[in-house]
Amino acid sequence: MKTVTLTLTNSPELMLEGQNITPDNFAGKKAAEIAALDVWEGKQKSPLGKYFTVEGDGAATAEETKIVLRGDCTRVKRIGQQMTAGEIVIEGNADMYIGGWMKGGKIHVKGDVDSFCGIGMEGGELVVDGNAKSHLGSSPRGEWRGMQGGLIRVAGSVANDTATFINGGTIVIGGDADIHVSTHGEGGTVIIKGNAKGRVGGQMVKGDIYVYGTIENPLPGFQMVGEVEQEVDGETARFAHYIGDLGERHPVSKGKTVYANLYTRI
Amino acid sequence: MSELLIRNGFVFDPLQGIKGDRMDIGVKDGKIVEPGTLKNAKTIDAAGMTVMAGGVDIHSHVVGPKVNVGRLFRPEDKLFKSPYKSPTCSRMEMGSSVPSTFKTGYDYARMGYVFVNEAAMPPLHSPHVHEEIRDTPIIDNAAMPVFGNNWFTLEYLKNNEIENNAAYTAWLLRATRGFGIKVVNPGGSEAWGWGLNCVNIHDPVPYFDITPAEIVKGLIETNEFLGLPHSVHLHCNNLGNPGNYVDTIESLKLAEGYAPKNDFGREQVLHLTHLQFHSYGGDSWGNFESRAKDVMDYVNAHDNLTFDMGQVTLDETTTMTADGPFEHHLCSLNHLKWANVDVELETAAGVVPYIYSPKVKVCTIQWAVGLELALFSKDMMRTFITTDHPNAGPFTRYPQVITWLMSRAARDETMKTFKWLDKTIDATSIDSIDRELDLYEIAQMTRAGPAKALGISNTYGGLAPGMDADIAVYALNPENMPSDPTDIEKAFSRCAWLVKDGIVTVRDGEVIAEPAKRTVWVDVKVPENAQVQRDIYEHFLRHYSVKLDNYSLFDEHLHNPRVIEVDTTQ
Repeated sequence: MKTVTLTLTNSPELMLEGQNITPDNFAGKKAAEIAALDVWEGKQKSPLGKYFTVEGDGAATAEETKIVLRGDCTRVKRIGQQMTAGEIVIEGNADMYIGGWMKGGKIHVKGDVDSFCGIGMEGGELVVDGNAKSHLGSSPRGEWRGMQGGLIRVAGSVANDTATFINGGTIVIGGDADIHVSTHGEGGTVIIKGNAKGRVGGQMVKGDIYVYGTIENPLPGFQMVGEVEQEVDGETARFAHYIGDLGERHPVSKGKTVYANLYTRI
Repeated sequence: MSELLIRNGFVFDPLQGIKGDRMDIGVKDGKIVEPGTLKNAKTIDAAGMTVMAGGVDIHSHVVGPKVNVGRLFRPEDKLFKSPYKSPTCSRMEMGSSVPSTFKTGYDYARMGYVFVNEAAMPPLHSPHVHEEIRDTPIIDNAAMPVFGNNWFTLEYLKNNEIENNAAYTAWLLRATRGFGIKVVNPGGSEAWGWGLNCVNIHDPVPYFDITPAEIVKGLIETNEFLGLPHSVHLHCNNLGNPGNYVDTIESLKLAEGYAPKNDFGREQVLHLTHLQFHSYGGDSWGNFESRAKDVMDYVNAHDNLTFDMGQVTLDETTTMTADGPFEHHLCSLNHLKWANVDVELETAAGVVPYIYSPKVKVCTIQWAVGLELALFSKDMMRTFITTDHPNAGPFTRYPQVITWLMSRAARDETMKTFKWLDKTIDATSIDSIDRELDLYEIAQMTRAGPAKALGISNTYGGLAPGMDADIAVYALNPENMPSDPTDIEKAFSRCAWLVKDGIVTVRDGEVIAEPAKRTVWVDVKVPENAQVQRDIYEHFLRHYSVKLDNYSLFDEHLHNPRVIEVDTTQ
């Protein structure tokens, strides 16, 4: 594993579009070549080296390449977008679209992230030690094929529209979630270890949601069918089991109607 | 005084019967001339290349409100899907199945096309259609207003008042600067206003009490009464359903006994559009099968019909049609997003995304049906290549369709990707067809034939002196065709040269000039008709949301018109 360290020494005035900061783009490049990659600040294109000092060369492949970002990346967007392998560690905060359309590899953000992180995710792992804003693991605008696979783990809380159109994969939220969780979901799992505000599982067809705390405004389209004991994220607990959204169409598989499951801890 | 000489290419011009002869084509002041008359011409060396007239697309949804709904409600159609950045064009080129106006114009030009007929214009929204025509660069456009569900038309035809319907049609063509009579699901889109459909051609329209069959026959009579350049352009009832070939053949039979009457060289009285969607057998999706042979047996035996394919290209695309009930039906099948609109007294429309997947049996059978129609055809001057863009696939896939038609190997290669290959072969005849079309037949299907059917073959679709100097040169040597079919596709995707109106527009697949584009429309002179004038006045007073004064297209919406005049008063 070879490590490329980017240190933000010259902060951008506007947001920086950093979609070139991926192990895939860094692999096979020397530090000087990496510093010459394009980034956009507003409508202006500049080399990465204008904002970051680059230390270390990329490995031959993305799998063998690790990127460490230091400095305040609060205004750097799209780090790790469409990455397929390798590792990125962001030592502080980062902006929007971190790990968007990610296919593989791992991103670890030690601070907070903004909205749209992990959208359209197909695989890999996105770990955020702080909080995330809206549209975490959601589908891109207009798209009905949301998160397909992979794991998103946010230690803190998230804002609204988490996991819209989720199709697969897992999202674990350590804190609370605002409104709209797994709207239109057709698969996948969302685990909220804190409380949820409301509209949890609206128009959901398939998939699972676990809420450890309370749901302030539960939807009337979910009906309680019993109590179950389940192992979730490594610990076993008892849950009230609801099915829904009963206002939505539901496919029939092997003679049985498939519903989305909502579990709240008791 | 610009002169151009395209030297030594293999020329294919079916309108003159030229089959790949090595010839020079002369151009002077935007028109084709005898090469001998040129004095100081710039030369394009086309040696070893194929020379055809600029392409003519008879049926494509490229401008207007429903196309724009597709653009608006499919942002995901742009994301990562239009990465091509032209080194020569600075306008925004985005979108895949519903491209931006600029991308539409540029991509057609890159494929060597110069004329595109917008397949359905809602009359009330003609200003929008014409504004987008203005914004679509290079290609000349015409647009056909829809008549098959129009209250005026339904009332006149119910009372068998052909002359009044003709006067109304002439008025509407002028009001919308339209090109011809388009009919979409006759009666069915009007019935959709009641939440119903016309399930076959003898199922009467609610309230109006007229059948689709009567509408189609009445419109054919109207069209030939007026002597319009193009014939009635029909999207049959019961589109896309198993077993609909029965309704299709019944619709085709409506043209029996009618002969074309026009001064434009058109020989058909009925054009069947996207016939692929109308040639299905079976009675459910389980036993869905091709009936292309039955439909083509009928078409081959009747000279007064033309059709275009509506070939499924196995892509993710966006369906959009004035067939409102069909789009609702489609949405309930695929559960994707759906837009629908009713256009007052005139028509309806719907938009739904659709994925034609090689993993889905119905889709691969649809793919085979389209190709079978063309490969069973005995007259390529009556058989045209379309994908009903974007309904069965984007127009940018025409080169792939051409390759499938020209190469059995290319078809086999595609069939290898089918999940249900055996079932597809069982339900179709595609595997038993070895026919491979040649470049002359492709020229018939993409230029000469459509131009003739549209009644514009004195200007477009050929290379005779006096015609517009629209010339496409493809890097294909007919004496040494590439062994790899993908090279055919490449050559047709990016033409080596396109000359439009005598101006070199594309070179090596890149747009290098934007000659002035035109709007082609048909102005019909009819005798004064007081009853129709009064009917129009009354309907606008009672039923329309706009005033009559604001309805007709204002001249400032009309971009660079080319008027085709028809005089019925003589």
